[in-house]
Amino acid sequence: MPISQETVEFLEHQARVIRRRIIHMIYAAQSGHPGGSLSAADIVTALYFHFMRVDPSNPQWPQRDRFILSKGHACPVWYAALAERGFFPVEELVTLRQINGRLQGHPDMEKTPGVDISTGSLGHGLSAGVGMALGLRMDGYDARVYVVLGDGELNEGEIWEAAMAAAKFQLDNLIAFVDYNNLQLDGWCSEVMPIEPLRDKWRAFNWETFEIDGHSMRQIVDTIEAAQHVHGRPSVIIAHTIKGKGVSFMENQCDWHGRAPNKEEYERAMAELEDGPTAAKPIL
Amino acid sequence: MEWKESIPTRYAYGEELVVLGHELPNLVVLEADISKSTQTYRFAKVFPERFFQMGVAESNMMMVAAGLATTGKIPFASTYAVFGTMRACEQVRTFIAHTHLNVKIACSHGGVTPGNDGVTHQATEDLGIMRTIPRMTVIVPADYYATRKLVRAAAYHVGPVYLRFTRDPVPVIYSAEDEFVIGKGKLLRSGDDVSLIAIGDMVAIALEAHEQLAQQGIHAEVIDIHTLKPIDRALIVQTARKTRRVVTLEDHQIHGGLGSAVAEVLGEESPTPMRRIGLRDTFAESGEYRLLLQKYSMDSAAVIAAVKELMS
Repeated sequence: MPISQETVEFLEHQARVIRRRIIHMIYAAQSGHPGGSLSAADIVTALYFHFMRVDPSNPQWPQRDRFILSKGHACPVWYAALAERGFFPVEELVTLRQINGRLQGHPDMEKTPGVDISTGSLGHGLSAGVGMALGLRMDGYDARVYVVLGDGELNEGEIWEAAMAAAKFQLDNLIAFVDYNNLQLDGWCSEVMPIEPLRDKWRAFNWETFEIDGHSMRQIVDTIEAAQHVHGRPSVIIAHTIKGKGVSFMENQCDWHGRAPNKEEYERAMAELEDGPTAAKPIL
Repeated sequence: MEWKESIPTRYAYGEELVVLGHELPNLVVLEADISKSTQTYRFAKVFPERFFQMGVAESNMMMVAAGLATTGKIPFASTYAVFGTMRACEQVRTFIAHTHLNVKIACSHGGVTPGNDGVTHQATEDLGIMRTIPRMTVIVPADYYATRKLVRAAAYHVGPVYLRFTRDPVPVIYSAEDEFVIGKGKLLRSGDDVSLIAIGDMVAIALEAHEQLAQQGIHAEVIDIHTLKPIDRALIVQTARKTRRVVTLEDHQIHGGLGSAVAEVLGEESPTPMRRIGLRDTFAESGEYRLLLQKYSMDSAAVIAAVKELMS
């Protein structure tokens, strides 16, 4: 069923709220990874505000859909979505990376409500997703597992071990995304370690493949729906994105992979992410 | 010393898994293409729907096990000890131990017991590695019956456990009636002159040394520390205070494993002269298991020499 314009606009608004939260919490922490958080913001928003069956009042509900942020350094986007969804107070976001806090520098399943598995060192999330998808299928639940992968972490061999396994076990309850912003820490993916032809690689591993604009909410939603109807094999959605998306001076800049904005940069970024009357309330 | 019977402890693992499979419907087994060797094929035959063949990809297997554990399963992930603790070390450390997931890393080919296979397949650093990881329980059963009971205990223990089995046959020293508690060592022989504290296949060597020492009028106490972590501090301190001489025996490097663990306990609580039996900062090689123990000074003769040194 085609998604309504109203839903698209709601999700686009929500994605801007998420982006504001990302900038705000990294500014407050003076530490964190804005670039890859902003590039994944539209995908994560679509999942948490349109697709995922989760219960914030019962984060361990066994039949819930699972989310894995394999590129764990981008956790500000996840924390923002979880807070906005009601898993914990949005006021807590400013405790990011602070001692005694629940919002660790990389996702910690024991500390943060709604985090289904810890991640942070790269290359492991898809394998964990295979295990979750197998477990949910054993239990007869129709829950799904969504995994967001970074493009840089596709350099890791374990990703492809997991890709083989997911296809072997015909895990059609597993949907992976590649947040393909084309920048990794040391530079362009094509220079650090080329991953192309990327779609052919996943096809060769017997996955159903989709390729989209990862900032088009309509494309994101339509494609997730299509992936949900795939039978007998896992799906990957290669989402072309822009690192730092939404904040002009952060876009496509490696430098913004893992640094916090100063006061002036923070104010410029927040101004760019203004959203009219429905904008998130000022949080500073 | 003649042993009536020798059995690889991995056999006991494979057999107990099947028994546990009937009791625990959420117990699942993951395997990395060596099911006939690790003996998980026995479980696979009875419970094919709960057996996941992951191929030659141990890192992925450990993370799949972690994922399964988040859905309430009790995964036993099996491979050889070198791969389970070294190739997949980070997966085990960060995503099984740090997360405190209920995964059992059940590995065959501990120590030099895969004698003829040589160094690539002999795990002689695994215990040191696993012991440094917070929240990890480390268990090395000494024989067939100990393995049956300790695999069972691990299945009912909530949290990550590393289990290490032998490839080659090792003497049967216990009976089906013996009971084992995780974290509680077993006093097998009492004596006043020296304490032989051993783990895994080296418990049999300690018993051999005990008998030979007895013939010379030296009375050795023999302790089986089947749980390297958490280690039985009370028993170690008690025996050290009694005999004032300690020899540790492990099929492992003398660094990082049982010898280190015992020295740490005694250094803090009751400093005692010690000797450590094990590989002395060297790799072994291909060869028959018993000949390797002899060549690398890990047999009963080496133990007796160490005891004599302590007593002189």
